[in-house]
Amino acid sequence: MNILTGNDLKTGAVIWWDGAGWSLHLDDAADAGDDAAAIIAREEAARRVNAPYAINAERTGSGVRPAHIKDRIRGLGPTVRPDLTLKPEDPQAVHEVI
Amino acid sequence: MYQYDQYDQAMVDARVAEFRDQCQRRIDGKLTEEQFKPLRLMNGLYLQLHAYMLRVAIPYGTLSGRQMRALADIADKFDRKYGHFTTRQNIQYNWIKLEDAGDILAELAKVEMHAIQTSGNCIRNISSDHFAGAAADEVTDPRPYAELLRQWSSFHPEFSYLPRKFKFAVIASDTDRAAMRLHDIGIQIVRNEAGELGAAFYVGGGMGRTPMIAPCIRQFVPLDQLITYSEACLRVYNRYGRRDNKYKARIKILVHELGAEEYTRQVEAEFAHLLEQGIEPPFAELARIRTFFEDPAFEAGAADELDRSDPDFAVWADRNTHPHKQAGYLSAVISLKPVGGIPGDATADQMRLMAQLAEDYSFDECRVIHTQNIVLPHVRKADLYAVWQKLEASGLGTPNLDQVGDIIACPGLDYCSLANARSIPVAQRISERFAANGKGETLGELKLKISGCINACGHHHAGHIGILGVDKKGVENYQLLLGGSEAEDTSLGKITGPGFSEDGIVDAVETAADVYLAQRQDGERFLDTYRRIGMEPFKEALYG
Repeated sequence: MNILTGNDLKTGAVIWWDGAGWSLHLDDAADAGDDAAAIIAREEAARRVNAPYAINAERTGSGVRPAHIKDRIRGLGPTVRPDLTLKPEDPQAVHEVI
Repeated sequence: MYQYDQYDQAMVDARVAEFRDQCQRRIDGKLTEEQFKPLRLMNGLYLQLHAYMLRVAIPYGTLSGRQMRALADIADKFDRKYGHFTTRQNIQYNWIKLEDAGDILAELAKVEMHAIQTSGNCIRNISSDHFAGAAADEVTDPRPYAELLRQWSSFHPEFSYLPRKFKFAVIASDTDRAAMRLHDIGIQIVRNEAGELGAAFYVGGGMGRTPMIAPCIRQFVPLDQLITYSEACLRVYNRYGRRDNKYKARIKILVHELGAEEYTRQVEAEFAHLLEQGIEPPFAELARIRTFFEDPAFEAGAADELDRSDPDFAVWADRNTHPHKQAGYLSAVISLKPVGGIPGDATADQMRLMAQLAEDYSFDECRVIHTQNIVLPHVRKADLYAVWQKLEASGLGTPNLDQVGDIIACPGLDYCSLANARSIPVAQRISERFAANGKGETLGELKLKISGCINACGHHHAGHIGILGVDKKGVENYQLLLGGSEAEDTSLGKITGPGFSEDGIVDAVETAADVYLAQRQDGERFLDTYRRIGMEPFKEALYG
């Protein structure tokens, strides 16, 4: 699947296109298909996202998994600070990213 | 310590107001990201992997207790209660909101700090010897010259858009504690046979994808021509440095391609021209700056003995202190490398403790080391035990200075958008491995440095053992280098061979350490043994 990510303009938080808006949670990411470029242009112009780009990912049994480790780390948080990730209570989350 | 005058403060305050307005215009949509990016970078604000990152300048690594406490307050109020001390003697905050940036810079300005020129193609923060003003082996305190360079380079209109970023280091001893020859310009303050002070200029060093050791292009520049000669070096670079290819734009490439002799000839011609222009700051300004760096009121006759009755303290004191020029005093190094910890990270509470210790025991001064530790430069020997007890109670008493656990590591792929691989977990695992097997103390001095990409923020080229993280078809892979040094015997590490997985690199470091232990002769450090026996025994052990 072709998913879109970027950062929130004001907070810098990593966000994911969920089909209607932007979510903090990678697992909400929607397949943008062939519309990626149009969505990016529209959303960036409206300042709803900063520095957006499209990446490859797949939907697995446990959620959405970006193809590259960099985006998987973006989706969770720093692997060396589980307490600062989006899943601080899940001890397996970091291992699934790597 | 240097204190801002009205001009310094006015400049910084004006920049705060300007950048606050620029941030608001970006939020309001009056600036695009393309327009805003160069503006935020000029103020040290990056967009990193998880959020905005703010890099705050710490000139030549020197902080007062009040400044360190302000950094702690910013960590608490605007970030996630910690900060990361960097290999350029700065601090970075990883979780900054754009809407807070103006307020943070205003808080910094209240304590005479800023984030100006911590990014962009300009002259960056001037770094120096972290034992400056305390070390017995310096010919003079290098910090007044670093400060003069800071003032000259701040907002210098001609050097605001250089071909690439530009880094100075200034030292004043034959022992290099600032990786001087791995900077764009390294300056060593020296004394000539007539007893006069001057500056030796080393130009064209650097790490990154094309590491080079700076050649000395002039052995003695009179100190009343320091700025003029620096300007000449920069002018030739600004004129001929490549702007068509960012990977070939650093001054090291220019010096290499022209040849040091031709580059020097052009600098000397420019220098002669500039001397006629009279651009050197008046001597009175240097004299004014020097007054801020006079020795504190050391206690004459302070006890010169340490009470070593506590064995844990004795280990720390032996490992983490440095001789002081004043009898009865030491410089104490606070390791930010606890076993399994994140190199360079300090919590807000730890920063406050270090601020308090600086105020109570070190004449209100501490220093950031490029190895991501903190120095209390002037501690009475009689106070050292009390200092250690407080550090120990706060997780800051690790006795591992310059040992295998004292690892430099860049933020790597856990934080950095440029990184190809994670650095911190590798550092953590190596630190834990050698703590568990008990070899750390046996190995003695072994400087290990890890970078998560070829940009080499973790100084991997200069590690006795260096590790470079690369992306191998989407999987983290780690190259091993041996034989680097950033000290006065500067050398660049060489890659051993094929890279290793995350598990494999930890084993490989231990294998290399074992080769050293088996082969070392009396008094040899890891680096000495490597230089004597060469790469082959290590390759044989690593790859069979």
